[in-house]
Formats: sequence, C-alpha cells, structure tokens
Amino acid sequence: MNETKSLLQIKGLRDGLLISLDDAPWEEQRAALITQVDGQPAFFQGARLALDVASQVLHVNELVEMRDQLSERGIFLWAVISESPTTEKTAQLLGLATRISKPRPEENRQFSVEDLGDETALFLNRTLRSGTRIEFPGHVVILGDVNPGAEIIAEGNVIIWGRLRGMVHAGSNGNRSAVICALDLSPTQLRIADEVSATLKPQESTRPERALINEDGRLQAEFWEPK
Amino acid sequence: MPAQVITVTSGKGGVGKTTAVANLAVALASDGSKVVCIDGDIGLRNLDVVMGLENRIVYDIVDVIEGRCRLRQAMIRDKKLPELYLIPAAQTRDKSAVSPSDMNRLVKDLRTDYDFVLIDSPAGIERGFRNAIAAADRVLVITNPEVSAVRDADRVIGILEAEEKGPAALIINRLNPALVKNHDMLSAEDVLDLLAVELIGIVPEDETVIISSNRGAPVAFDSKSKAGQAFRNIARRLKGESVPFLDLDSHGSLWQRIQRLAGRK
Repeated sequence: MNETKSLLQIKGLRDGLLISLDDAPWEEQRAALITQVDGQPAFFQGARLALDVASQVLHVNELVEMRDQLSERGIFLWAVISESPTTEKTAQLLGLATRISKPRPEENRQFSVEDLGDETALFLNRTLRSGTRIEFPGHVVILGDVNPGAEIIAEGNVIIWGRLRGMVHAGSNGNRSAVICALDLSPTQLRIADEVSATLKPQESTRPERALINEDGRLQAEFWEPK
Repeated sequence: MPAQVITVTSGKGGVGKTTAVANLAVALASDGSKVVCIDGDIGLRNLDVVMGLENRIVYDIVDVIEGRCRLRQAMIRDKKLPELYLIPAAQTRDKSAVSPSDMNRLVKDLRTDYDFVLIDSPAGIERGFRNAIAAADRVLVITNPEVSAVRDADRVIGILEAEEKGPAALIINRLNPALVKNHDMLSAEDVLDLLAVELIGIVPEDETVIISSNRGAPVAFDSKSKAGQAFRNIARRLKGESVPFLDLDSHGSLWQRIQRLAGRK
C-alpha cells in the first residue's frame, strides 16, 4: 500500500484536486490511483480532479477508460496536464482542459516572431468542431474548418486552410504582429493580442483573407492578393 | 447475423430523438426485422409513452442491471408488431445507476438474437450520453434546421470522432420546405455544409408526428404521412438499401440539390 501511494501525489487546488503521477508504467499508475480512490471513497466522492501525467504518452482509449473509471466513482476528471504533446492533444480531443490556470498575459510586451517557441507550430489535419478548444504556445495551422463554437488560442499566428467560423485568438500573450489567415474568414469573433473584433465586415465572396492589427492599432481583415 | 446496434443522439433536447427511435423501430420491425429498443434516458423515460407501452412496464433497465430480473422479463412486446420489443428506462433512478460497461454487457446479450438494437440517448453530453453511445456500432445524430441544434450536433459529432465511434450519420428532422424556400430556415445544404457527415434522412415538419406520438402509435404506421415515409426510408437505408430522398418540394429543385449533396463525400 505504501508503495502504491508513493506513485501518486495529491494536492488541493482552489477548485478541486490535483493528482500528479510520475513516469512509471501507466497501468501501474492507473491501478494505484483507483486503489487510492477506493480506499477513501468519502474523500474523493464528487471531486473535481486534474491529473498531471508527467510525460506519459496517452491515447484516446486510455484516457477514456480513466475518465470512465473515475466517473463511476463520482469523480469528475476535468483536466489532464502533460509534457507530452500527444497526450495534450488527446486530452483536448476529449474536451478536457490541459492547463490548470492560464498564465496572465504581460502587457505592452513586444514579441518578435523569433521569440515564439522556436518557430514551433501545431499542425492539425482535421475540422475543429463546436466545443473544441486548442491552446498552443506557438503557431497553429489547421487543414480543415473551424466551426462555430470552436476556439483556437495561439501565442503565434494562426493559419486555417479552410473556413473559419469559430473564434481565434492569435498573439494571445500580447504579440500585436500576429496574423490570422483563412481561406474563408467568417469568424464569430477574432482577437489579436488584446484587440477584439466581433464585427469584421461580412464578405460575401469566399476569397482568402488575412486579419492583422493595422497602423491605426485596429484589428482589420484584408483580402490576400497574390503578388 | 449479429445485430446492428444503433444509437440516436443529438446533444440538444427536443429535436426528435425519441420520436426517431420509435419510428425507426416500427419501420424496421414492419419490414420483418427483429428489433429491440432501449430507452437510455434514465430518470426521464418517455420512449414507452411514444410507443404506447407505458401501462405494460413491470421491470426496467436498472432492474436488469442490478439483477432484480432477467433481461427477457424487462422486454415489452409491442402491441402490433410481435418482433418489436422495448426495454424501458427507470423513472425513479438517475443516470448514475448505469455505467457504460453495464450497457455493453446488456447489449452483448441481445446481439445474437435480434437484427437491430436501437438506443435512445438523453440530451446532453454527460453520463447518460456516454452510456447510450458505449455499445453503439453506429450513431445517428439527429438535428433540426436551427442554428442552436446544429451547433450541438457539431459538438456531439466531434465527441464521437474523438471516441472513435466511426462516422456518424445525420438525420435532419422537422424541415419545413416552405420556410427554407423563403430563406427563413436553414436548408439541408446549410446543415450538411457545416457538419460534413453522411446524410441518412430528411424528415419534413408534419403535425401527424405529434398527434401519433400522443396516441402512442408512431407515425411510421401511417402510410399516408410524409414524415412516416421519411422514417421508413431511413430504416431501409439502415438495412443497406439505396433509397432516393423524398421530394419535399413540389418543384423538385430541393430534391435535386439534396441528391447532389448526398452523392458527395
């Protein structure tokens, strides 16, 4: 029992519990967690749980199983925090949060493009449907549509090879030179840095567009013109 | 041949999940298939009411899961169709009485003896929804041509994709061709354009649906009803037949456009 306990660290958060696992095999950790929960049902019943899985690489079926097992015990799994991009992506696919609290954007800080996470981009080859939220500390490239109700929050630029009808926030930590490009730009809302635009003038034609902050400091969309 | 397990779900409430399950069940069973419907909306059961079987309930799904009766004891035979059964939901319990693995076990017992198992899902994307889709081979997402219903359908389709439940098929319910024509309602194309899934049926707005639901005799029994015809066509498509979409518009233009849409991937 002592041995299984050492695998897990439990911390109280403002609005729930944070359980940290280490890199021991997933099955052992899962079993340890369930044993722990079953040992103190009264303590865990009704808890909101965030799970820090370190660098475990987890796929959909593993996380679904975990979530179901927890939910059968009255525990609501709302977040999975991981160092592995695969696990983060899996968690996001299942609608789980991947950060416990968002870092506060620092005001008036200029970022050059080189500062953005070593030019790293998240590439997603699918349509983002309502309820999907992608947060990424770099650029985001989507090959597919962004439907109404979907959200992308990127510290860098956002490129959508498809229709943008959801919400996109580019330059989320204050980078005013970030841009948002889409083949069809019809968003519910756009944000770049701290500029918000709910009413970009509706464009009837579906030509590629690019949104940026212009010289007057306003968020503006313009058609992309091949040079 | 083992049964096809089909869950009907929507996200949003009131778009016609229960009506669709009752009508598809009637249509499939009238066509000679052995069908079991499961009401997955525990705590708010109403599939039994729509099917007109409320007064025959002795045991329900929670009784089966908790071992108070055998599976066959909870299966209510339809009044008209001897090959149609209903497993009702419990009225006095809630969703936590059932788990996804319970559903898998229950459905596994039905697979060998029936052709179709239809599961009616509760609204929402929480526990009851997870239970309802756990055992499904195929999920039908039903929506109305309304922005809010389509938004929820999109969310549900996203979850189904994430859970690797296979491609969902779409039923557009309560389409009013006259309103669409005046651009007062989303068209089938608008809905498909956003959701980008296979369309398996369009059911027109039809007041006979409400009348027959209240009488406990699903509209699929009514050979004159257009909605009934639409549900019978969906049932045939579920059996793998290729059935053209109904001509809802007297000028035929809608039908041609839908045909074009249905043919595209």
